[in-house]
Amino acid sequence: MATRLNRLSRWHSVFKRGYSTSADEHKLQRSGKTVNLFTAINQALSLALETDPRAYVFGEDVRFGGVFRCTTGLADRFGKSRVFNTPLCEQGIVGFGIGLAAMGNRAIAEIQFADYIYPAFDQIVNEAAKFRYRSGNQFNCGGLTIRTPYGAVGHGGHYHSQSPEAFFCHVPGLKVVVPRSPHQAKGLLLACIRDPNPTIFLEPKWLYRLAAEEVPEHDYMLPLSQAEVIREGSDITLVGWGAQLSVMEQACVDAEKDGISCELIDLRTLIPWDKETVEASVKKTGRLLVSHEAPVTGGFGAEISASIAERCFLRLEAPVARICGLDTPFPLVFEPFYMPTKNKILDAIKATLNY
Amino acid sequence: MVLWLTRSRNVAHHLKRKWDLVGVLNHSSSLCSSSLHQHHHHHHHHRHCSSSSTSPITNNSRDPDTVSSNSASGFSIRRLESTKAQQQLDSVYDDHDDENQVLDFPGGSVMLTSELRFISETPEKRIKCYRVLDDDGQLIMSSSFQEVSKELALKMYRNMITLQTMDTIFYEAQRQGRISFYLTSNGEEAINIASAAAFTTSDVVLPQYREPGVLLWRGFTLQEFTNQCFGNKSDYGKGRQMPIHYGSNKLNYFTVSSPIATQLPQAVGAAYSLKMDGKDACVVTYFGDGGASEGDFHAALNFAAVLEAPVIFICRNNGWAISTPTSEQYRGDGIVVRGQAYGVRSIRVDGNDALAVYNAVKEARKMAISEQRPILIEALTYRTGHHSTSDDSTKYRPVNEIEHWRVARDPVSRFKKWVERNGWWTHEDESELRSSVRKELLNAIQVAEKAEKPPLSDMFTDVYDHPSSNLFEQERFLRETIKRHPLDYPPEVPV
Ligand SMILES: Cc1ncc(C[n+]2csc(CCOP(=O)(O)OP(=O)(O)O)c2C)c(N)n1
Ligand SMILES: [Mg+2]
Repeated sequence: MATRLNRLSRWHSVFKRGYSTSADEHKLQRSGKTVNLFTAINQALSLALETDPRAYVFGEDVRFGGVFRCTTGLADRFGKSRVFNTPLCEQGIVGFGIGLAAMGNRAIAEIQFADYIYPAFDQIVNEAAKFRYRSGNQFNCGGLTIRTPYGAVGHGGHYHSQSPEAFFCHVPGLKVVVPRSPHQAKGLLLACIRDPNPTIFLEPKWLYRLAAEEVPEHDYMLPLSQAEVIREGSDITLVGWGAQLSVMEQACVDAEKDGISCELIDLRTLIPWDKETVEASVKKTGRLLVSHEAPVTGGFGAEISASIAERCFLRLEAPVARICGLDTPFPLVFEPFYMPTKNKILDAIKATLNY
Repeated sequence: MVLWLTRSRNVAHHLKRKWDLVGVLNHSSSLCSSSLHQHHHHHHHHRHCSSSSTSPITNNSRDPDTVSSNSASGFSIRRLESTKAQQQLDSVYDDHDDENQVLDFPGGSVMLTSELRFISETPEKRIKCYRVLDDDGQLIMSSSFQEVSKELALKMYRNMITLQTMDTIFYEAQRQGRISFYLTSNGEEAINIASAAAFTTSDVVLPQYREPGVLLWRGFTLQEFTNQCFGNKSDYGKGRQMPIHYGSNKLNYFTVSSPIATQLPQAVGAAYSLKMDGKDACVVTYFGDGGASEGDFHAALNFAAVLEAPVIFICRNNGWAISTPTSEQYRGDGIVVRGQAYGVRSIRVDGNDALAVYNAVKEARKMAISEQRPILIEALTYRTGHHSTSDDSTKYRPVNEIEHWRVARDPVSRFKKWVERNGWWTHEDESELRSSVRKELLNAIQVAEKAEKPPLSDMFTDVYDHPSSNLFEQERFLRETIKRHPLDYPPEVPV
């Protein structure tokens, strides 16, 4: 992706990026080198290909390493019949992946940008998601994993910035997973690849180079459909995923200076999601804030708010707050205004506490 | 004046009438649609197929009647009466071809054969590429082309230089961090400018993204280009899109959209509108060798054929789609051959030969409008620049390949040689033009940089024709936030 701009980066530093896996997990894994997000993904793909001869990696421009370098070196190592370029056709990529997966393979498809996933919408929604159900479990395409970079990057405008997760969260039969850091990405991607259900793995592209942390070199998986409390607190629960967590974490740090104790939860898997962890936290704190980059209306935050209102109605001391992208297409020049910034979150935390 | 010299074309035209001979001649070039045509003992008059004597159609063009007529009584096999022509056919067909029998089905009539034979995946010969100027900018004597006046030629050349200079300077501006992104048309200046020159401004353009030269030709000013790239308040797109996403309603140039190939079916819809309005105009839409792989491409060609839309599809086959070479994009004889599969007339042209592009497009436009039909043009070229400022193409293609195309096959110097040979252009003209365009651009950048960004209110307009209540609410909320945290927001955007 393009070099970051001097002129604009001042404003980007408003949302400092780069989140780390919590210290607890590091205690378990001490063997890793510090690597960035795209390298962690590259390691996961490499392991997937190594451990399963029936695994394939394909998509637009993946042979030379992909436009974000996630597939670097894989074609050389595993051969171009297992790691290959496809023609420029997303519906083709996903349809091909479904067929490959249905024959008992691990089809790891790359869509170059999440903004370009829509030509494949029919294949994903009507085909991949319903393959098992409609055949009475005679067939499934559970070996399919669709990786795609999503989210803001500072200068992406309409078509290199979108966060389309909510569309797919509306589709029973799919799993939607979003990692927040290199360590998480490796473990969650391997879990997605090996999960017997079609999975959409949304990679926070702003973090590809920016986020670096220690990542174990060995093969490991992190559980799907399990949220993780990455910061414990007692006054308010914050729920997010992917790149947004680093922004939320900063808000938590600032809130703490004002004596507010925030609990931060990384949902990790958006569907099927871990309501219990969120519910338990909100029962403790009595307050909830959800934050994502996608437009607020119809975003996945709405689903979380509704579910928690159902489950924790009597425990809630304030309405659930949603700090999200605005209801406009993703605008280039107005990106800093569009974004759910730290201070917007911080203001909402305070407003919720003072409700 | 148009001079169509190729003999085979006249022969083909001749055959349209003298169809006694067609079976004989066509058979030698395998079973083609024209021979099927002869089995319809109807004479068809239909609206658009004018076949004027100057129409440069080769004999493999498909008469739409071969599929649209004779849909009579479902699925039946019938033996045609023997005719004089039939007897001639009998004498040339081998035993396997049961030429007397046709399979009549709702999609038309096809001849039957008892031979189990597959059509080869590769044609015997690849489709030839039309060119007028050789690599050295010399006119190829036998070529059929329309004379280009000195005035037009110089306008074309000046526009190519302007486009080239704009690319150089904006690329540099991106490298300096003054704009966030850029993408050049290097190597494709001839396709840009020469195709633009063949249209009028009432023709509607639906671009991909590597055709800013078309907009330049139509009079979009360097300041206007610059304003878009800098996303300032004079950018017609109100700073909402990345650089190079130009658009001009005034100049009939639809706004560039990053998703590949989406413009293609839209172009057919726009063309259908021109058709229904009886306009003396067509639509032109551009796309790449990569774009031709998208489903939208196939939908577009099929729609265009079926709806008889006056739309010209111009494929810039530049060998690469980011890092993907055409060998990993398609296995056929390029894009041009897909035309016939959809019933769309097509031609392959040397995209680095401005005169060939101009002539092919000019003729295509004439046919598209007078016959109300789509035309597919495949222009062969090479992307001599990186895909964009986000790309380093030396990672995936040999530097000497790039250099060869950049130096030996450059479309601008080829055209320049021709212009110079005509005595229309001198070294002084060249350096004067280059330095004045440069100056104009540097000045435009200064102006664009100083200009304000679009106001915050522009963020909320145009989502709908009128902002909805949620947008009003969000704008109000945002303004309060800005008051509380002014340092979070870029001061160049007026609040
Ligand atoms: C639907 C969609 N998929 C992927 C992309 C990412 N992308 C941008 S340009 C490009 C290659 C296009 O190649 P081609 O059509 O040959 O045009 P060229 O760049 O060579 O002019 C790709 C894959 C996109 N913009 N849209
Ligand atoms: Mg191309």
